[in-house]
This record gives sequence, C-alpha cells and structure tokens, in this order.
Amino acid sequence: MNTLFADSRPGRTGALPRRPELRAADMLPPSLLRKDRPRLPELSELDVVRHFTRLSQRNYSVDANCYPLGSCTMKYNPKFMEYVASLPGFTALHPLMAQLRGAGHYTQGALQILWEMERLLCEITGMAAFTLQPMAGAHGEFTGAMLIAAYHRDRGNKKNKILIPDSAHGTNPASATLAGFEVVNIPSRDGILDPDDLEAALDDTVAALMMTCPNTLGLFENRLPALVEKLRRVDALLYYDGANMNAILGKMRVGDAGFDVVHLNLHKTFGTPHGGGGPGAGPVGVSARLEPFLPVSRVARQQDGSFCLDYDHPKSIGYIAPFYGNFAVVLKAYAYILRLGREGLRRASEYAVLNANYLRKRLETILDMPCQRLCMHEFVASAPQGLRALDIAKAMLDGQVHAPTVYFPLIVPECLMFEPTETESKQTLDALAELLDEIVRRGQASPDDLAHAPYHTPVRRLDETLAARSMVLTEDMA
Amino acid sequence: MNIPATVSYTDTHEWVRLDGNDAVIGITDYAQHSLGDITYVELPAVGDTLTQGAEMGTVESVKAASDLFSPVSGTVTAINEKLADHPELVNQAPYEDGWMLRVALSGRPSGLLDAAGYEKLCQE
Amino acid sequence: MPYIPHTEEETRAMLDCVGVRTLDDLFADIAPSMRPQHFDVPKGQSEMEVCARLEALAARNHTNVVSFLGAGFYDHHIPRAVDALTGRGEFFTAYTPYQPEVSQGTLQAIFEFQTAICRLLDMECANASVYDGGSALFEAGMMAIRVTKRRRLVVDEAVNPIWRTMLASYTRNLQLELVTVPHRNGVSDQAALKAALGSGAGGECAAVIVQNPNFFGVIDDYTDLFAHARGQGALGIISVYPVMQSVLKTPGDMGADIAVADGQALGMPLSFGGPYLGLMTCTKALIRQMPGRIVGRTSDVDGRPGYVLTLQAREQHIRRAKATSNICSNQALCALRSLVHLSLLGPEGLTRSAELGMNSARYAAERLCALPGVSTLNDAPFGNEVALKLPVDAYGLADALTRQGYVPGFPVGRYYSGMDNVLLVACTEKHSREHIGMLAELMGAALRAQTTKGGLL
Repeated sequence: MNTLFADSRPGRTGALPRRPELRAADMLPPSLLRKDRPRLPELSELDVVRHFTRLSQRNYSVDANCYPLGSCTMKYNPKFMEYVASLPGFTALHPLMAQLRGAGHYTQGALQILWEMERLLCEITGMAAFTLQPMAGAHGEFTGAMLIAAYHRDRGNKKNKILIPDSAHGTNPASATLAGFEVVNIPSRDGILDPDDLEAALDDTVAALMMTCPNTLGLFENRLPALVEKLRRVDALLYYDGANMNAILGKMRVGDAGFDVVHLNLHKTFGTPHGGGGPGAGPVGVSARLEPFLPVSRVARQQDGSFCLDYDHPKSIGYIAPFYGNFAVVLKAYAYILRLGREGLRRASEYAVLNANYLRKRLETILDMPCQRLCMHEFVASAPQGLRALDIAKAMLDGQVHAPTVYFPLIVPECLMFEPTETESKQTLDALAELLDEIVRRGQASPDDLAHAPYHTPVRRLDETLAARSMVLTEDMA
Repeated sequence: MNIPATVSYTDTHEWVRLDGNDAVIGITDYAQHSLGDITYVELPAVGDTLTQGAEMGTVESVKAASDLFSPVSGTVTAINEKLADHPELVNQAPYEDGWMLRVALSGRPSGLLDAAGYEKLCQE
Repeated sequence: MPYIPHTEEETRAMLDCVGVRTLDDLFADIAPSMRPQHFDVPKGQSEMEVCARLEALAARNHTNVVSFLGAGFYDHHIPRAVDALTGRGEFFTAYTPYQPEVSQGTLQAIFEFQTAICRLLDMECANASVYDGGSALFEAGMMAIRVTKRRRLVVDEAVNPIWRTMLASYTRNLQLELVTVPHRNGVSDQAALKAALGSGAGGECAAVIVQNPNFFGVIDDYTDLFAHARGQGALGIISVYPVMQSVLKTPGDMGADIAVADGQALGMPLSFGGPYLGLMTCTKALIRQMPGRIVGRTSDVDGRPGYVLTLQAREQHIRRAKATSNICSNQALCALRSLVHLSLLGPEGLTRSAELGMNSARYAAERLCALPGVSTLNDAPFGNEVALKLPVDAYGLADALTRQGYVPGFPVGRYYSGMDNVLLVACTEKHSREHIGMLAELMGAALRAQTTKGGLL
C-alpha cells in the first residue's frame, strides 16, 4: 500500500484554515525562518480518510476478534468509555486552569474524579495512597523505584541494590537502573521464588524486591508471607508489578499482603484501550510509610468539601509528569470501575481465571503443558515435539486469531502464553482450541507447510534482518 | 562448528590470534551461530585502551545483544571498518573477513583457552 | 454481569471441564489469611447512570471560557476527521504490533509519522514517540550522557519550567549535574550558555538544552550555540513547538543533534493534562542511543514491502538493565492523531495555523500594551505567545478576568520568582479579533478598578 507521501499531489489541500493577514515573512526576520516548507503530504480530506481507513483494515484488533496475548490483558474496551472521555467538559479543560489562584473551582469536576479514583484504587489494592501521574506501566515502575530510593535516602539507609527474579518483565531491571539502583537477578524455580534463594541474595544493601504475582507462568506465588518477613528484617521494600492484576480483583489485596509499592496498568486491568501501543496509564500505590514521597501535585479535599491541588509535601520526589497524568485514560478507567462495581470487578477476575483454565484444559491434549495445575488468568504451553512456537503463532494469524505471546517467559521452551480474558465467550475459546488442533495436526503432517505460514495476511513473514541492517526508518532514508 | 587450532579463545566466546606484540580479535563461529544474523557491531575506537576481561563493545542481532569482552590488555591499533556496512561478514567468516580489531599488547594475556578447551566449553 | 458473555449453563460446563465446583475454588492458591480484609468498592451502575454521573462532573469544569492559556500546551482546532479516523476500533483496540503480518496499519502509520516528524523538524531519524515533551527532554539528555560519557547538562532557564522540573526529578538518583543558565528578561542568554559549556580543551558537558520559541515565547537562532557545543564535544538539544516549526528555522538547519517536542498541539485535545505526545528526533549517528520503539521498512517473503519494529536490541525486553531506556510502549494512538492532523492540514495548513496565531498575538500585544502600565517584557521577536509586564500582580488579574469568562494568560510568577507581574498570553487560530478586543476591554476595566482602589492586588 502506498504511503501518504507517495500519494501526495503538490497544491492539493485538505483542512485548510483561513488565509492569515500577515505571513511569517512579514512578521519575522529571514534569519529566524525556515528555508523550505516542511514536506508534509498534500492531500484532500477524502484522500486522508481513505488512506487511514485502508490502513485500519490492515490491523488486527480486539474489536475484530479474540486477542489472547499473554501478559497484555486484551479484554473488550467498552464503547461508552470513549464517549465519556470525549465530553467537552473534559477535552477542552486546560491543565493550567487548576494552577491559577482562586481558580481551583473551575476544575472541580476533574479534581473530584482524580480524588475519587485514588480512593477507589486504594480500596481495590489495599494500599494507603495513590498517585495517578505515571503515564504508562514502565513509567509507574520508574516512579516506584524513585519512591524506594527516596524512602531509603530519608532514613539514611545506604542501599543500592534491587533484587529482580529472572522471570520478570524486562522493564523491571531497566526501570530500577534508571532510578540509580544496581540490579541483582535472582533465580526462580518453575517461576516461583524460593525463600532460600532470596535469603542468599539478601543483605543490608538491598533496597527492594520487585516481583510479579501471579508470576509470568500464571502461577500464584504461594510463599509470599515468608518472602515479606525476610525483606522486612533488613528494611527492604516489596514492589508489586501489577501487570497481572486482572487475576486477583477482590480475591487478594496487595496492600494487605505486605507490598509497599504497586503499579497498575489501567489499560490492562481496567479496560482502557491499548491504542496500538499506547497511551496507557500506570498509577502507583504505596503503603503508609512511602506516602510522604509521592509526586506532587497531590489532590486534596478541603474542609468545605471542595478539591484543590496540594504541593506542600517537602519529601516528595517532585514532578514526574507535566500535570496530573494521562487524565483521559484515568477518566475511562474511573468510568469502568463505576460501571462494574465491586461485584463486577470480582466477577471479571473470576471469569478471567475460569476462561484461562478452561482453555488450558481444552489445549491439554493439543499442546504440551509444563504446569499441570490450576493457573490464574493466563497459562503457558509449549509447542509439541518437532514444532516451533513461532510457526504455530504465525499459522494462527491465517485462522483470523491473534497469536499468544511467544518465547516469554524464557524459562519455558518453545513457549506460548495465553491470556483469553473474561470477555471472551465459551464459543470463542472452543473455536480457538479447534483452530490450534487443526494447526498442530497440519504441522505434524507437514512441518514445512507451517514454517511458511501465514499465507493469507496483508503481508507474509517479514525480513527483520534486512530491516535492521538497511535501516529505512523514514521515506527519506530509502 | 569451526574451532581452528591457530587461535586462542575466551570463555565469553571471543577468539584472539597472537602475532608477536599484536593481537587480532573476533567472535567465534559458535558465538555468531548462537546470535543469528548479526545486524550491528559496536567497537572501541582506535587509540582506546583495553583491559583483559573488561567490556569493549557489543554485537547485535535481530533479537539479541551480546557484550564483547576484551581477551587481552593493550591499545587498539585498527578496527575492521567493513563491519559498519557489512556486519554479515561476522556470520560468513568469523575468523577471517569478520575480524573485529587489532590491538598492540601491553602485556601477555593469561587464562586463554586452546581449541580443545574451547570445544569442551561449547559442549557443556 | 457487564461484558461477561457466559450463560449459567456455560459457566457450569466450563467449571466441570476444569474440575472445580465453584468459581472461588479457582483461587485455592490464595490462602485464607491473604484474602481481602474488605473490598468496599461501590456497587456497579448501568451505563446510563455512569454516563449521567460523568456528564454532571464534566459540567462542573468551566470550559466555556475564552482562554489565552498556553505555556507549552495549546488549544488548536482539531479537524473532525481526526477523531473519526483514530476512533476506528481497528486502531485503538489493537496492541503493540508484535505480529507484524496483522499490524501493518499501526506499523505503516508509525513509519509515516516518523517521516512526517523528521521532515517537520528537519532531522534524520525519529522514534515512534514517548510519553510527553518532558520525558522526551529527559531521554534526550540521557542519550547525550551515554554518547559523550559525561555527566553534566547545561539547561537554559527559559526551557519550559514544567519540563525542567521533571528533568530534575528524573535525574535525582543518577549522579548527574544540571547547570541552569538564567534567562535575561525572558530572552535566552546565549553568551552565558556558551560560557557554561566551557571553552578550550577538555569540555565536561554532555549537552546544552534550549527551547524555541522559549517559554516566554521568544524566537531565537541557536546555530552558533550548537556549533560552540560541538567544539566542546557536547551535543545540542532543542525542544520546539511543532506548529510553529512550520515557519521557524529548523533544528536541523541550526545543527541540533537531538530535537524533541511535545506534540500535543498536533491534534491532541488539552484533556486536563494528557495523554500528550513526546516527539524525539536525532541525527543518524545517534540512532542506536534512541530510546523507545522504532519502525523500519523491509519486505516479506514474497517481496512485498512491509513494516516491522526494528533495532530492538536497544530495548528493555532484550537488554534489561542495560537498555537505552525503560520505555516499553509508545503513545501510538496519539502519534496516529498527529499524523492524521498533519496530513489533513498539509504544509500550507500548518503554516497558516502558525501564522494565524502569530497575527493574533501581535494584535493582542498591540491592544494590551495600549493599556496604561502594560508593556511587552522584552523587544525580542515572538511567535504566537508573548510575555507582558503588568502594573499589577498577574495572578490577581488572571483571577479577576477568569471570573468574567476570559482567562487572560498564564501568570509566569507560578514558576519564576520575581516575575509576579508577568503574564504569558498565547493565541491560536481559535482567537478572533473580537475575543482579543474583549480581553483588552476587560483587562482595561480591571486595571482601572485597581488603580482607583489605590492598590495592587
């Protein structure tokens, strides 16, 4: 398909504003002006509409079919949330309106949402306080690691290490490094952290342990209390990566379990759309001892019941976002939580776990299962002997279903990681199982046939080596 | 797997060909094979000082990145300029056209493996 | 239950298949001692009820005002086609394009976005975007630190103070030195910036960071400064306003190594602070230091062109603690918005958008400076935003006018001490001469009222 630039016709215009009285050259000296016009596409509005409509048809989406991508929680994104976020009372609100003196009351609706959302997330997770500012999951991790650094600095602790299990998402070590910590990998056994392995790595220089629970194998970390006790002994904190929160809503609150910091991915657990890779939001919750360090501004409720921004937190780590986070994303998640309520949230996790276990049972005779036990909201399988996970994934694309996550976690050979989510029906899961059965049979009959899949997608397997070596990153680098 | 007897090896999969006070360095056939199609090689600059065992660069493939550790101590006297545009040379001829750098030694390297020792390491 | 399709019979059949009796039996691994002490989230509500509640909350925000607030975040007209196209579920309910064969829509859009942003900023390479202008500035600084292996950043005080504050928070634990060079009456002090970079041999700075137009709306040419930085072995980093970039001398032409921006003005509504869009571009020499996702063109097994995420060896899922950044995703939907916005406007449309704001800002400066005691903060060239010196406290004046439905601008004293009487007034194509005339009248009346009261607010 042509790019916008290839279809551009000099002189053609789309959404053109009125003609200005003075042009730039009438207002500024030539030395401050650009030499040539930016070579942006010149298209009619219909050209643009057709181009992006066609592009959209070359995409796979939750709206089109099941998206069982493990660790990503690709649940249905209710349409009313888009309506809510498009209300002009929100979209037209300039963030600096809340920073004008005496103008707090111009933004009361927005501030109230932030204040209530913090409390909803506190109740859901059992944490003492929340900041809604982090703009993505990894940004939440970074914020959490900065909070850990601030806590220890304040206590005069000399701690420079963060422990991270080898099965963790790659963002964990990267975020900890960015907050100035040295990362120490600790081994996991079958994905579960052994208290003895933790003990061996633990000393006075350990600031925190970052963990994902349920872990990346979809298993619940059942020796949590022992881990918490060991960390407390050396004043080390416990960080919860909320990537897998969709498994435990109403079943466990990480605050009650002894975690000090947690980040949530609103775009996973709380139904906000992934947008092709963002924007998301990664609010961070903390236990009481970390609350003084939360980023400013904070939202406070005054005695008269009105809301204001509060900057008076001398121990705060400062600004981590330009304003109050990805407000429009927070807004959608807030509406989602109100819609589902306590029963709906609990049900979401129950059915997410039911769907994962049902699909696991349906696939038991088709794929290899490294863990023959109840899973949480996702599970891992291995490609059967002689087949590659990648080939199965690619063949699924021909079957109009998105592939699961492949080759993660690394500790499982030829790994396929499925997370069906609660919004898929039994019929969809049955069809998925049948498709996989057909693919595996086909592969066993003719591995070569599978190795060349997909055949019917907009493009077939792409040459990633060529992409990395030739580095055509813009139309002008070709 | 090609493990020539004419060079020495490290346990981090570099090879080094000692020639008087000079050393030529690259990565082994085993290493290039495990990494897959190499897309980029980052090397130190001519004149940089290397310490045996310390990081000296990176090799990238599509889905992996691997640090390079210097098998010797000394000063870089040349790098293989061809790798900038043709990193695939490392895949095609790791011990010849895919060489990476030449170093003037500041001392004798210690603890290097011979071909038999390296072969044993690769089988483990 | 909302959004859960299971019938009772299906739930029963599935539980039987799994081999458990109840839904709660699925959670047997969570010990009773670890179950929630309470879970007092309110009861769920119907879609109608939730929408009504949110409509009521939205109505409590005063958005029916004429606002001259900018300070880096601008209210531009967004063509309706932007919402119509980016609102397609095929785009916004997709995830990161891990399976390129079925993600060509997102991938090609990012490739086109990278091209458009590079052409606008006149730079060689762009990534698929980061969170916002502030995180883009931080990531740019970190690129410079990695490539120069130095630990000092020289920052112009006239860079947006919100982003400078983020920079300070983010670098707190990294043993970096931030040297802030004071502005002079809102004008960037290039001589002082050069001095801070040092001269002669043995430079110690990783980069100099400036903004154009700067926070006070002042437009400048940083070519000499970047040349000086290069001489000291430091990089030149510039943050720009992408709409104004359609007319201003480009970062590429000035010799910048890294150019960043907040892309909010390219089709993102203000939405009380986000989501916005961090634009990042650099020279080809620096591409391997670039954080975040990057899309490249390649071909498939049948020789058809296609797009993939590339240069992934820089990224956290491969390099973990050694990655160029912890960034995992990008703001794909916001990047798409900006691309659709730029395609609809085209070069002439974007230029007109910039020029209309400049026309209005000049008219506003003329009208407001005709009021007694009001003048421009300096005589430097400006774009669509201008800093005015008032005879009164700008906070108080803004408060008084906002109550009458006109937000006159941003009181600079919020972030700069000693500048309590400076107001930053921004205009876009949305402001008419009537709006500006009304602002002048209201401001004149407010100033007269305060003069007769015999005191300042």
